[in-house]
Amino acid sequence: MINDTIAAIVTAMGAASVGIIRISGPDAIKIGNLVYSGKAEFIKTPSHSVLYGRVYDQFNKKLIDEALFLIMREPRTFSGEDVVEIQCHGGMISVRKVLEIVLRNGARIAEPGEFSKRAFLNGKLDLAQAESIMDIVNAKTEKSLELAINQLQGALSILVNEVRYELLRLVAYIEADIDFPEDDIERLSNTQQLEKLVELSDRLINILRTAQKGKLIREGLNVIIIGKPNVGKSSLLNALIRETKAIVTDIPGTTRDAIEEYINLGGIPIKLVDTAGIRDSENLVEQIGVEKAKEFITKADLILYVIDIIEGISDDDKNIIFELLDKIPTIFLANKADLQYNQDNLKAIKSILGEKELILISAKENQGLEAIEERIAALFFEGSLQISGEAIITSARHVQALQGAYDHLKGAINSIQNDMPGDFVVIDIRSSWELLGKITGDTIEDDILDQIFSQFCLGK
Amino acid sequence: MDFVAGNYDVIVIGAGHAGCEAALASSRMGCKTLILTISIDNIALMPCNPAVGGPAKGHLVREIDALGGQMGLNIDKTNIQVRMLNTGKGPAVHSLRAQADKKMYQEEMTKELEAQDNLDVKQAMVEEILVENNIVQGVKTQTGAIFKSEVVILTTGTYLRGKIIIGDFNYIAGPNGLQSSINLSGNLKELGFELLRFKTGTPARIDRRTIDFSKMIEQPGDEKNLFFSFMSKESTPYNYSCWLTYTNEKTHKIIRDNLHRAPMYSGSIEGTGPRYCPSIEDKIVRFSDKASHQTFIEPEGINTYEMYVQGISTSLPEDVQLIMYRSIAGLENVEIMRPAYAIEYDCLNPTQLSLTLETKKVSGLFAAGQINGSSGYEEAAAQGLIAGINAVTKIKGKEPFILKRSDAYIGVLIDDLVTKGTNEPYRMLTSRAEYRLLLRQDNADLRLTEEGWKIGLVNEDRYKQFINKKESISREMLRLSQVMLNPNNQLVSNVLKLRESSLLKNSISAMDLLKRPEITYFDLLEIGYGDKELTREIYEQVEIQIKYEGYITKQQSQVERFEKIENRVIPQKINYLKINGLRNEAKQKLSTIMPISVGQASRISGVSPADISVLLVYLEQQRRRGVYDNEK
Repeated sequence: MINDTIAAIVTAMGAASVGIIRISGPDAIKIGNLVYSGKAEFIKTPSHSVLYGRVYDQFNKKLIDEALFLIMREPRTFSGEDVVEIQCHGGMISVRKVLEIVLRNGARIAEPGEFSKRAFLNGKLDLAQAESIMDIVNAKTEKSLELAINQLQGALSILVNEVRYELLRLVAYIEADIDFPEDDIERLSNTQQLEKLVELSDRLINILRTAQKGKLIREGLNVIIIGKPNVGKSSLLNALIRETKAIVTDIPGTTRDAIEEYINLGGIPIKLVDTAGIRDSENLVEQIGVEKAKEFITKADLILYVIDIIEGISDDDKNIIFELLDKIPTIFLANKADLQYNQDNLKAIKSILGEKELILISAKENQGLEAIEERIAALFFEGSLQISGEAIITSARHVQALQGAYDHLKGAINSIQNDMPGDFVVIDIRSSWELLGKITGDTIEDDILDQIFSQFCLGK
Repeated sequence: MDFVAGNYDVIVIGAGHAGCEAALASSRMGCKTLILTISIDNIALMPCNPAVGGPAKGHLVREIDALGGQMGLNIDKTNIQVRMLNTGKGPAVHSLRAQADKKMYQEEMTKELEAQDNLDVKQAMVEEILVENNIVQGVKTQTGAIFKSEVVILTTGTYLRGKIIIGDFNYIAGPNGLQSSINLSGNLKELGFELLRFKTGTPARIDRRTIDFSKMIEQPGDEKNLFFSFMSKESTPYNYSCWLTYTNEKTHKIIRDNLHRAPMYSGSIEGTGPRYCPSIEDKIVRFSDKASHQTFIEPEGINTYEMYVQGISTSLPEDVQLIMYRSIAGLENVEIMRPAYAIEYDCLNPTQLSLTLETKKVSGLFAAGQINGSSGYEEAAAQGLIAGINAVTKIKGKEPFILKRSDAYIGVLIDDLVTKGTNEPYRMLTSRAEYRLLLRQDNADLRLTEEGWKIGLVNEDRYKQFINKKESISREMLRLSQVMLNPNNQLVSNVLKLRESSLLKNSISAMDLLKRPEITYFDLLEIGYGDKELTREIYEQVEIQIKYEGYITKQQSQVERFEKIENRVIPQKINYLKINGLRNEAKQKLSTIMPISVGQASRISGVSPADISVLLVYLEQQRRRGVYDNEK
């Protein structure tokens, strides 16, 4: 709890061109070394010095970023513990990727206020500062409770709970055999245990793989902004993130790359994607055609469809809208409503949409944004926003727990293959079960005994 | 007429397995001790199964022994069969189990108590705990005798308001039909204690001469020379077998047909029974698809025809019991000598105790054994020992003796009881121990004897033997790491071939060779690299430490992490209700349990990790303000 190593992105989300990941705790240097690729001897580097290096994805060996590693040994650090800070460039995507690699190498994601909490516990902050930390910690209590409840209903929890239950049954078999060696209970052979473990680890790796492919949304709902060129998609994106990162001009197709931004909308984590220009200067709707658009759209959990109320609704719009209706939750937006527009345009749009709600906005003037937020929140909480058969891994913490659980199952499989007795095998299975419990929020020791006694008829 | 009958440092109420250990510990540690029992004839009575040990329970006995307790020595002197269970599994769960001659067990323990310096044994029924200003003063018996003392240890087992139930018949009694203790239970309530009502049961005892053993499977003991005590050197001459047989569809039909006469189902039992010790009617109902249940027929001793029917405890009426037992293969003509019964009794909600087993409400009042909601002779003895030790540390003003979950099964047992409480009679299981790999029965002495010596319970003989063993182990470990094996040594190659182990390419140390799963210390002896002078115990230790090094180191680092938070002490005058940010449930629970460390706090059900964060920050704030400066 206070002896593990934590990590988090400490720079503001999306704001700067440099992102910093801070690692703090007894294993900070060790983990930093595992992430670092370079010429220097990381472990032996003196305190408070900087190394230049690269970070690679350990799975596919691809270069993620070049980075500066700032190594600081305790006690002269912010938190009073060993600290490594990794400075990357290249925006949020690579910063997040680096964080993920840090977590995979043994750090745990920091809770809100946790660096400060440690700093305080290690005598680095004064009492007045500490009071505000207390508030953060307190606030966290409520928030995490809320989050836990929301996640309990999520698809991820269902998947994880299934695996957990199977693990629990397996643990019960092994533990009952140890504690009641003379009772005539069903026992599992090594082969049966092995088969089960392989099946379960496959299930875990599948959940994790979908996360790797990016099909599965790690950080929230995948919200895609779609519309004909120059209807104001980038302006809307920027309005929503309240900063101007994408280049916005009056010339159609000036957005060169797909822009991704992470925002937190009333507690719902959202990945916002502006699709404009994703095929360079080609016009998504007109040139790639409805078929391509459909394929692209399948990746979305929610679509923000922007129509230019000055231009009115076009045939292309109509085609797309008919394809979208009833397939993927969509919010229709009529942009540029701050300007003078023809009421017939509005009528035409409404007649096409029928029952569907239309929100009038002005991305430029920040009008109607609240209505969008409310609508998204409403859809989310009424359960309309779900991902087709996939689980949402909501945070890096989950990815990490899944990875750990998977590693432990590998350990258990390894133990069986090395002919280790059940009491050794079960150590890893229990750890795996406990880690998965961190996702679903329940790790109650007594579960194991309950399971043993309900599964087997035991006793003198 | 009330009269003062004596003055003592410590009074133990009850002379079962908890009481005996408590009284011996406190008297051996130099306190003038009195043990009071309803009947001197029933000291160390085993009212249920005629066995000691088994998984986790055997570990407890080893730990009791390593600390200088009596149970291990006593069973080593009085067993009529021993078996090492779980030998096909890892060393951590190897478990010794002995069948006892019940009478002999009692006689030996009674002799030990009577011979003990500083200890008086008296027969009396205690009716009242004398308390003034929440401090214990002594006890008063049925006959008006007042014994004064600084500490009183309750070890009343199942006697408190005990009630025996056989079918629709029931009567007020302790185990085995003995006199139960009624008024003491009321007295505890008056003192403000919360009592629970638990239930347990025991099968019938049957006449050996009416059993057809030819229809059963014999289960003989292992070769002798297996001991619970690290001090025992000589086996008893007895090796009696147990016998395995099974219930069948006929048995189950008899039970189903008479279920309406079973008190568990007719509703006349109010107490909560243990899940690991269900009655046969429970088994039939809950596991209805099981076509048969096994039972071991176990001897109760060498001078009796009574045999114990393990696995078939029941509270069915006696007439049903008879036809039910007679439906089992080999028991067709069986005669019952004592019928099976269920027993209900009062016990304390153990969360009212601190980790020393002293009650939080009354200073100087301790409790141990079944009165704390546990079950089993070994669980009782372990608590008795700790209560006895802490009675002395309290009187002498010394540091309390608390074993952590990472130190011993005893630590797990007591922490579970007082921190989490229990809603059924609590039985020790190896799966309850987080650090099972380290808490082995083979290393109980290495873990605990030093502690036992420090508190003055371990005698010099035992301590010397322990020091010798410890030194031999480290010497041998060092030697094995230094001795190099030559790949050209023909003898070595022969043994390796025999064990299907790959041949050496380069010279390696004897230690590295021993790391191979297929190689044992005896192989080292064979190739001339072992030390013939050492005992089997040393071979065993060396082998375990070398073979499982990886796992052991991993678990040790877990323990280090665990102990860091375990060592974060919570001042006892903390007011949880005043801590902002703690949820209400956590405030209540923390105030009730009064944990001594952040670690203990984190195990209380209803206290979340977020609550612990709040608590840590609060403690640090208070420390900075110097609130606890005068408390150390």
